Amino acid sequence: MIKHLLSGGDLDADAATEILDTAAEMATVAGREIKKLPALRGRTVVNLFYEDSTRTRISFEAAAKRLSADVINFSAKGSSVTKGESLKDTALTLQAMGADAVVVRHPASGAPHRLANWVDGSVVNAGDGTHEHPTQALLDAYTMRSRLGRLAGLSVAVVGDVLHSRVARSNVLLLSTLGAKVTLVGPPTLIPVDIAAALAPGTDVSYDLDSALPNVDVVMMLRVQRERMNDSYFPSAREYARRYGLDGPRMRRLPEHAIVMHPGPMNRGMEITPEVADSPRSTIVEQVTNGVSVRMAVLYLLLGGNNR
Amino acid sequence: MTAYLITNVSVVGAAPTDLLIRDGVVAEVGPGLTAPDATAIDGTGLVALPGLVDLHTHLREPGREDAETVESGSRAAALGGYTAVCAMANTSPVADTAGVVEQVWRLGREAALVDVQPIGAVTVGLAGERLAELGAMADSTARVRIFSDDGHCVADPKLMRRALEYVKAFDGIIAQHAEEPRLTEGAQMHEGEVSTRLGLIGWPAVAEEAIIARDVLLAEHVGSRLHVCHVSTAGSVEVLRQAKARGVRVTAEVTPHHLLLTDERAETYDPVFKVNPPLRTAADIAALRAALADGVLDAIATDHAPHAVEDKECEWAYARPGMLGLETALSIALDVLGPEWDLIAERMSRTPARIAGLTGHGIDPAPGVPANLTLIDPAARRTIEPAELASRSRNTPYARMTLPGRIVATFLRGEPTVLDGKAVK
Repeated sequence: MIKHLLSGGDLDADAATEILDTAAEMATVAGREIKKLPALRGRTVVNLFYEDSTRTRISFEAAAKRLSADVINFSAKGSSVTKGESLKDTALTLQAMGADAVVVRHPASGAPHRLANWVDGSVVNAGDGTHEHPTQALLDAYTMRSRLGRLAGLSVAVVGDVLHSRVARSNVLLLSTLGAKVTLVGPPTLIPVDIAAALAPGTDVSYDLDSALPNVDVVMMLRVQRERMNDSYFPSAREYARRYGLDGPRMRRLPEHAIVMHPGPMNRGMEITPEVADSPRSTIVEQVTNGVSVRMAVLYLLLGGNNR
Repeated sequence: MTAYLITNVSVVGAAPTDLLIRDGVVAEVGPGLTAPDATAIDGTGLVALPGLVDLHTHLREPGREDAETVESGSRAAALGGYTAVCAMANTSPVADTAGVVEQVWRLGREAALVDVQPIGAVTVGLAGERLAELGAMADSTARVRIFSDDGHCVADPKLMRRALEYVKAFDGIIAQHAEEPRLTEGAQMHEGEVSTRLGLIGWPAVAEEAIIARDVLLAEHVGSRLHVCHVSTAGSVEVLRQAKARGVRVTAEVTPHHLLLTDERAETYDPVFKVNPPLRTAADIAALRAALADGVLDAIATDHAPHAVEDKECEWAYARPGMLGLETALSIALDVLGPEWDLIAERMSRTPARIAGLTGHGIDPAPGVPANLTLIDPAARRTIEPAELASRSRNTPYARMTLPGRIVATFLRGEPTVLDGKAVK
């Protein structure tokens, strides 16, 4: 197993599949009365969060605790340069405390890569800037596999603000590794340049959601932050919703078996309507549940829980 | 004053000869010279070039003496083969008054390792709002002729026009940091495949090219001299090529790092590779090298930008942009251009001296000319160790790279600043 999980591209097909298979075993623990395994007893996992993200933090916290690890939550909000301690000094502190794994969320792209230079333990990227969020991609892949039975050959549309989305980058890398076909859909202003060359050569780009929908097995809606409106990425929330939002009529153009995903938190009425979010096709709540299992698998495998 | 007899040395790549330096000038050139009172230097295998001239150096003093001082930067320059450097204005306080430029000039004189020619800011505090007292700086002891807001673009077209026009009164030149600020808000690296992969906000080539295109038109309109700092893109080269063909009075420089390193260096997220303008693509490098050879680009300028460790040992987005350059520039030129000594002398000494108006510099060693020259061992190879650099900072992008060429000696008006590859003081 790799030492750090910094990018969806760090995993080859075998490693990714091992995580998904392990996550499936971990999921059975959640069904038990006592939801706990002794695998990481005596190991220390630090959640180092430079951004508010209650969802991701409690998911990692629950995952580590179910594996009996000691969990330290370190909330270091605000930029490390303008306020307080540098990332390096924080890293050296965590190192001195004997952190076996550091789960890091940071507003600066690449911060987990920097951190990995300064600590001996494993670093798990829990979202860095507009770069990547590999455990989100793993839980998305897990959810797709659970619902649709496979990943190879699936057609997945990722819709919305790809430019600023760490979820999109990790998903393109991981899904391509696992044999799915990804189409990125959004206004041209929100599709980054040279995306296929940058991430995975088979990736398609479309500016037209309606033409993409009839041919997909999965449609993954990305959160669109309202402040993008003030920077002329698109004229208005209403125009965005009209062109790229997923509503009931659009959902009904999907193939019968297709599922609707969203990493959360949602802007209901913007990129997704309540009718879609709350429909049986929606896997949004399952994604949260699966997140804990997948993160258990990641921590277990990275920390060599199987070798002890 | 000691005399020096350099024997069997190739002057700008010509057949070996002898050089006698006495009383601050090159006294004699020719084979078989003798001078019993002179200190002998065996120049066998060495190449003598006119002392290098840097149009673009950040010496950080006053204000960030923890990163560099006029003295430490001058020493780095001498070790790099330079005899003159133009010190950029973005110090703290900004060099936007006669007082600050005279302070920098005086510190340079005191260090006496290279001639330090201050550059004055175009606008007060580099704020891009109103002109600094350009005439006062021109008339000061520092005799400023180049004005630049480097680090910031003079983005306001009216202000840029006025600056270009105003400096005609004293044959001044505006050196533009070409970066349309609205197109580079938050930008971290070249916009392209790598920025997409790394999730870093892109700095598009067009942000540079649009300003250069505008500025050559403005310079043409008012008949003024424009100099373009650190050209980094293939598109900029084409804009400059067309302007020069029309006879626009524009000159342009390129940095060593833009001639060698690509944006792929960002993949480690190590901010030692963060620089403004950013490292570009292999295609840009090819265009810049070709333009340097054919003269569309006039000069290699280092953009030597020292930064304290804490400003680089951090997250990419929070790091300051810039890299060291003085002590490695000649090696990079040799690596990129090969032993094209006349071209190297043209781009690193003669032309930059002419652009900056430094009359005692950029002159090939010949009887009677000021003895500003450097001796290079082109056969030597050296591995760059950041800790061994004379700069106070360590942010070289060439750490542990092995590069060709070594500066053996540098003379400033006949006095050695470097001998045996070591700074004399």
